[in-house]
Amino acid sequence: MSEFPTKANVVVIGAGIVGNCLVGHLARLGWTDMVLIDKGPLPNPGGSTGHASNFIFPVDHNKEMALLGEQSANQYRDLDLSTDSGGIEVARTQARMDEFQRRMTSAKSWGIEAHLLTPAEVKELVPFINDDVVLGGFYCPTVSVVDSLETGTVMRKEAIEKTGLQVFANTEVLDLVTEDGPHDLSTIKAVVTDKGTIEADHVVIACGVWSNRIANMAGARIPLVPAVHQMADVGPMDILAETNNEIGYPIVRDMDTFCYERQSSGSMEVGSYAHRPIFLHPDEIPSNDEAALSPTELPFTPDDFDQQMEEAIELMDMLGDAEIKYAINGLLSLTPDAMPCLGETPEVANLWSAAAVWVKEGPGMAQVVAEWMTYGYPRVIDAHGADIARFYEWEKSDEHIWARSAEHFNKTYGIVHPSEQWESRRGLAKSPFYSREEDLGAEFFDARGWERPQWYNSNADLVERYGLGEREVEWDNRWWSPIIDGELLNLRENAAIVDLSAFQIFELSGPGAVAFAEYLAVNKADKPIGSSVYTPFLTPDGGFHSDLTMMRVGEDTIRIATGAFDGGRDKFWIKKYMPTDGSVTFTDLTQDVTTIGLWGPNAPAIVAKLTDFDLSHEGSPYGSYRDAQIAGVPCSLFRISYVGDTGWEIYTSWEDGPALWDALTEAGVDLGLRPAGIGVYGTTGRLEKGYRLMGAELESEYNPVEAGLARPKVKAADFIGKAAYLAAREAGPLATMCTFAVQDHTDSQGRKRFMQGGNEPILTLDGERIVDSHGRVSRVTTAGNGAAYGKYLLLGYLPTDLAVVGNEFKVMYMNELFPITVVATTGSAFDPEDSRLKG
Amino acid sequence: MRILVCVKRVPAPGAKINVTDDGQAVDTSNLGFTTSPHEECALEEAVQIAEREAGTVTVLTLGPAEAVEQLRYAASVGAGEIILVPTDGRSWDPQRTAAAITEAIQTSEVENGTYDLILFGNESADSGGFQVGIRVSHALGRPMVNGVKGIDLEGDTVVARREVDGGFEIYRMPRPAALGIKEGINLPRYPTMRGRLASKKVELNQLDVDAETGAQVQVKLHQPTENISETVILGTDETAAAAVVDILEEIGVLS
Repeated sequence: MSEFPTKANVVVIGAGIVGNCLVGHLARLGWTDMVLIDKGPLPNPGGSTGHASNFIFPVDHNKEMALLGEQSANQYRDLDLSTDSGGIEVARTQARMDEFQRRMTSAKSWGIEAHLLTPAEVKELVPFINDDVVLGGFYCPTVSVVDSLETGTVMRKEAIEKTGLQVFANTEVLDLVTEDGPHDLSTIKAVVTDKGTIEADHVVIACGVWSNRIANMAGARIPLVPAVHQMADVGPMDILAETNNEIGYPIVRDMDTFCYERQSSGSMEVGSYAHRPIFLHPDEIPSNDEAALSPTELPFTPDDFDQQMEEAIELMDMLGDAEIKYAINGLLSLTPDAMPCLGETPEVANLWSAAAVWVKEGPGMAQVVAEWMTYGYPRVIDAHGADIARFYEWEKSDEHIWARSAEHFNKTYGIVHPSEQWESRRGLAKSPFYSREEDLGAEFFDARGWERPQWYNSNADLVERYGLGEREVEWDNRWWSPIIDGELLNLRENAAIVDLSAFQIFELSGPGAVAFAEYLAVNKADKPIGSSVYTPFLTPDGGFHSDLTMMRVGEDTIRIATGAFDGGRDKFWIKKYMPTDGSVTFTDLTQDVTTIGLWGPNAPAIVAKLTDFDLSHEGSPYGSYRDAQIAGVPCSLFRISYVGDTGWEIYTSWEDGPALWDALTEAGVDLGLRPAGIGVYGTTGRLEKGYRLMGAELESEYNPVEAGLARPKVKAADFIGKAAYLAAREAGPLATMCTFAVQDHTDSQGRKRFMQGGNEPILTLDGERIVDSHGRVSRVTTAGNGAAYGKYLLLGYLPTDLAVVGNEFKVMYMNELFPITVVATTGSAFDPEDSRLKG
Repeated sequence: MRILVCVKRVPAPGAKINVTDDGQAVDTSNLGFTTSPHEECALEEAVQIAEREAGTVTVLTLGPAEAVEQLRYAASVGAGEIILVPTDGRSWDPQRTAAAITEAIQTSEVENGTYDLILFGNESADSGGFQVGIRVSHALGRPMVNGVKGIDLEGDTVVARREVDGGFEIYRMPRPAALGIKEGINLPRYPTMRGRLASKKVELNQLDVDAETGAQVQVKLHQPTENISETVILGTDETAAAAVVDILEEIGVLS
C-alpha cells in the first residue's frame, strides 16, 4: 500500500456508488492528484450502496431526476453492469390508474418506452401475480437492475489507471480543517484522518447517510437524514430459481401499498416505503465493528412490516410460504425537499457535497458534481433543483429536515400533485401583512418556508362577477381556484395589490459594487442612479443561473431583488464571485425591506390619492426607481411589472409595510382594488405576458438568445459567461421560447382538461416528440389560464425553425393529445405592444 | 404430546458488543436481539416432534417486555402458545431465573396439564451459565440430559443422544423429561411471511412470578481486548512469487 499522502488536489470522502463514480468522472475530465478515502473496507464499505436493491425505474415526473436516472442507467449499461429486466407498476385503485396516464405522459416527455397493461397482460409477464387485486399496470421495458458495487469498483479502477488515484479504505475522517475568509465564507484546507492529515485544495463529501456529520466538521451543513427503508428477502421459490438468473421477471412496484417485489436469483426482495418514518441521527449509526451486518443494515423491526407482508402475499400468494432469510432496516438518505444535495457548500469554499443520492441516479449525479467542479456549473443538465445552495437557514435544522422528510417518505410511491403543498413546518417566514391576509382568507402556498397567498377567498365574489367556475376533473381543480382567474380579470379591469415580501433583497455596496454587479450581469448594471436593469446571471457556459432585477440606488450601491425560490442559490453565487479585497460589501435586506406590488389600469389613480409624487411616465418612467412618500410612509417606487399592467413594486421598511398596505387598500376601495395572489403574479398574469421564470423557462441548458431575452447589443464590460453568450448570439438560437394557446380542452371522455405545467410533451400533429439539435425536448414549462387573453396558455421551447406564430402542435396531458397553436415567440400573447404597461 | 421450550432473548451476535460505562450491562443501542442458537434448535426440534406426534409447542421466556419479539418469532415458526415471565428489565441470576421459571411452569401445568417434554438450550448465548435448565428440571423433579443432539420417542420413553469423544452416549428417560439441546441437532427453519402474520394472532400469556435473588452476583462485565490479526497481501499475480518464497524460507518450509 502506498504511503499516506500529506497533500492532494482533491480528496473524495466516501467510496460508495457516488464517490467511486465521482473519481472516475473527475479522471475523465482531466483531474489528477486525487485521493479517495472511506472508513469502511472495500469494495463494500458499509454504506447504503451495499444493501441497495439496485434497480432503476426511469420514468419520473421531475426532469432532473428523470434525466439523471436515465443518464445513470446508460452509464451502468455502458459498463455492461446492467440488465434490462423491465418493470411494472401495478395499480389497485382508480386514482393510481389515472396516475399511470400521467406517467405515460412523462414517459413520452423523456422518450422512454412505456405501455399500459391490463391485469391479464400483467399476469402474462409476471405469472405468479394475483391479477384479481390489480386494476392495471404501467410497464416500462427498460427498467434495469444494476451492479452498483462492481460499477463503483470499475470507476475507481479507471481513476487509478488514468490518474494514479490513491485509495485508502478503513480510514476514518476525524476533522475537516478550514481557513476563515471574507464574506463569512471559509475555505477547506485539510482532511484529518486516523491515518494522517491531507492538505487538500478540494474536498468532496460523498458519505451518504454520514454526510451531514462530516460537513459539520467544517461548519457546513448537508441537510439530510438517515432513514430506514425496510427490506425482506424471502425464498427460495422454484419459479424464480428456474430462471437461473439474478433477475428473470420484471420488477413489480405495488404502487398503492408503497412496496416493491424484485427477484434476486431464487428469492424475492420485498421492499417498503409504507412503514412509519424511522430516522436516525448520524451519530446513532453503529460503526463497522459494532454492526452485525453493516452500519446501514440495521436490525429489522418486524412490527413495522406486517401490513406490507399481508399486502405482498395478497399480490403474490407464493411469498406467504417462502422463508424470510434476510430482513433489514436499511438506511438511505432523505432531504427536506426530496431532492439531492449537490454542489459546493455555501458555507465553505471548495468543499463539495455529493450526497442524498440513491443508486438509481448515482453515476449521473457524480457526473454533475464532476462537471460542476470542472466547468463552474454542470453541463449534462441544469441541476438547480439539486443545488445544495438552494436551502435557507431554517431548512437546515434537524427539526425541519426530520419533519419534512417524515412527510414525504410515505410519498415515495405516492401520487403527488405538481402543486402539492407541505403540511409540516409551515409559517417559517411570514410577511408583515400576514395577519391581514389571514383575515382575507388567503390560501397560503409555501415557497421554501415563505408563506405566500396563492389566492384570497375574500375575492370569491369575482367568480360570479366574471362568470367563472370550477374545473370538471378533481385533479385539475386540486390546489387551484377559479378565484385566481377572477383576481387576474379584476387586475386587468381595475387594480390588484400583491404581497411580494418573499422577494429576496440583497445589497451590494462599496467602491467595487457597481463593477462587481457588472461582472455578474449580462445586461448593463452601471446605469444612472434611480434606474434599474432586468438581467440574467449566466453560468460560465452561457446558460441561465439566475434571473433578477438590479436597481442602482446609490453611487456605490446596487440593490438586487430575486425570487423566493432562488434566494439561496443567488446569494451564494454572488458571494462566491465577490472580490476579496474588501471593495464590496454584501447585505441581505430580505427581512428589512418589504415589497408591495400594485398594478392595473387604476393603480396610478390609487397611488395618486396618497402622494404628491409625479406618477406620470415622465416623473416615474418605466424601469425607474424613485424615492417617494406614500401616505407619509417613506418608500421607493420601482416602475416595473411582472403581470403586464402599469404600476409599481413599492419598497418600504418591514415596519412601515402594514401602514402602507392599509393606506393603499383603503385608497383603492372605490377603484376596484383587490388583493391578488401568487397564482396571478407567478403564473397567469406573467404567462399572458410571456414573462419567463427562473427554474421553469430559464435553466442552464438554455441561453438568453433562445429564451428571447437577448438585448440588441452586448455591453463592453466583461461578465460571467460572456464568451459563451457571444458565441450563442453568433450561432443564433437552436430553440426558441414560445407561448402556445390550447385550442380544445376536450378529452376522449368529453371532459375539459387543464395542463398543469408539469413537463407535458409538446408534440407534432402526428404525436411525435420534438427534440432540438442539442437533444432538448419540447415540453411545457408553465401552464395557466390566460383569462384576460381568453385562452389557456402554455410556455415551452421549440426548435427555432418550428417556432412560428400560427404553427399547430399537440400537447399530451394525461396520455391524451390536445391541439395547441403558437401564439407568440419572443413577445407576449396578451397586449403584445405593452400599451397597458407603458402606454 | 405437550412440549415446552424455554428461550432467552440475547443480543444478536456478529458485531462488537460494547459494555456500558458502569460495566453492569451490555450497551444495546446498536444491537439487534435474537434467541440463543441452541434454543432455536430446541424450538425447531419441538416443532418437528409436534408435527410428527400431533403435539403442541409452548414457548416460554423470562425477560423484559421486549422479549415478546422472541416469543412472536417462535410463534412464527410453529409455537402455538407463548408465555412471558416478565422481569424488571435487569438481568436475573440463574437461581432466581430458574426458580421463577419453575413456578411459571407449575402454574401453567396446573391449568393445562403436564408438559411431556421441556426443552432448554444447552446454555444461553450471552451469560453461558449452563444452570437454568438443570435447576428447573431438578426443582420439578424430572430427569434431564444436557448437550443433546438427537431425540427419539419410543412410547413413553425419551431417548436422548449426545456426542462424546469418539461416539455417542444414549440416555433413556421416562416422560415427562427435560433436555438441554445443542446446536447442530437440526437446521432451524426461517419463519415464512404467513408464519409471521399468524404469530401476531397467538395470544400472549403473561405469568407474573418472581423469586429470591440467588447467590451468584454480577461484579462487572469486562470486554476482552480484541486480538487483531494482520493480513498482508503479498500480491495478486506472479510478481508475488518471490515474496512467497521469502516467507516460506522464513518459516522454515524452504531452506
